[in-house]
Amino acid sequence: MIWKVVLLLIISWVTVGAWVFPPPTPVIDNPEVFRIIYFHFPMAITTVVAYGLGMFYSIKYLSERNMKYDLREVASARLGTIFCVLAAVSGSIFAKNTWGSYWNWDPRETSIFMLLLVYGAYFALRSAVSDPDQRANLSAVYSIFGFVAAIFFIFIMPRIMPGLHPGAPKPTGGSEGSIITFNLETASVLIPSCLAYIGVFIWMKNLTVDITELGKGNKGV
Amino acid sequence: MATSSSGSATKAISLFLKDIKSEFRTRYAINAIAMFAVVTVFAISFAIKGTGLSTELQASLLWIVIYFSSLSGLAQSFVKEEESKTAMALRLYAPAEVIFAGKLLFNLVLLFGLNLITIPLFAIFISFEVASYPLFFAILLIGSTGLAVVTTFVAAIISKASVKGALFAVLSFPLILPLLVEAISGTKKAMTDGIAFGAARMEIQVLLSYLVIMVVLSFLLFEAVWND
Repeated sequence: MIWKVVLLLIISWVTVGAWVFPPPTPVIDNPEVFRIIYFHFPMAITTVVAYGLGMFYSIKYLSERNMKYDLREVASARLGTIFCVLAAVSGSIFAKNTWGSYWNWDPRETSIFMLLLVYGAYFALRSAVSDPDQRANLSAVYSIFGFVAAIFFIFIMPRIMPGLHPGAPKPTGGSEGSIITFNLETASVLIPSCLAYIGVFIWMKNLTVDITELGKGNKGV
Repeated sequence: MATSSSGSATKAISLFLKDIKSEFRTRYAINAIAMFAVVTVFAISFAIKGTGLSTELQASLLWIVIYFSSLSGLAQSFVKEEESKTAMALRLYAPAEVIFAGKLLFNLVLLFGLNLITIPLFAIFISFEVASYPLFFAILLIGSTGLAVVTTFVAAIISKASVKGALFAVLSFPLILPLLVEAISGTKKAMTDGIAFGAARMEIQVLLSYLVIMVVLSFLLFEAVWND
């Protein structure tokens, strides 16, 4: 119970802090736009955490063959997809206001597109297999495959391909550092925001799992 | 699992030879792949009617033709074992990794055969010129091998699912996408004049590392799909 109160406090702090402190960059024409980073970046982090947890449960399922891991895997994947869409939408709005168009095929935009494709395929696979054990097995295998392919796109490609996000090598050579100024105020909102949304994800995942398990229990009676 | 490595290799090769033999009886995959390649190349050629395409378009079209032709033929490799009820015999015959190796070998040969048809057709019907042959063939080799690994694995997954045809494209595309992106970019470089082999170093590195990851994952996870 206590951690729900803590979560409430952190979320309130993030929501207030995101609007009260000076915007995280002083250099661009319209620095106010950069406040979206407090929500865009945590969404992306939570997506990776959710899908990563999904892959962890897939491995657990394959080694122990227990349906309760399949349940957790699909809950993580569903919520991960919600966060992935939120990251894409907030990123699109951000991109329109800083780079001029909603979608630029920057390597990170490619990676989020790739993630949505992989998990779209994952849900298509789940709906195409009728036997529950077979479905759990095949989707666990595919989710490991897909997440590893996605890791390639999330952590490797944006660092070697020229792109618009911070951290990408610039065509002129060398890696330009972050364009966000990381002073204490920015960090004191951004880091709690990441933690808070990961907390929200775990809470939602536990609720989804509980509801599904309760539903199954009732059916059995 | 305790079979010696030479015994496993012999079994994989005899599975490969069995697939070749049964393929030549029906010629299903060969016909499907060859017809698909011919039809798509002709359709492109007919649409552009001799007007030159940019290297970006040529490289992308080449890989789109290779990818979709391979989809039309390679999907069958495990489905036909399940349909003719021979999968169980294969399970008794050899461990899962050996089966995967044999099937992969067959699909590799099929895919290289497809390349042998597609590349000359492309060169003739779409004014297609390669500046650096070593680079072009290196990219083609690594890209096709990766394509064969992923499609063989996805073919094993869909052989257990109820709707097979559409699912194969849906499942394989996200896993192929990194390969396609890099292969197209590398092929484009191979078609640009005055470019050294080293200019596409990044593409080759990415393709190779992705290929290694996919090979390792397939051999690790195949048993879970196959023996279930």
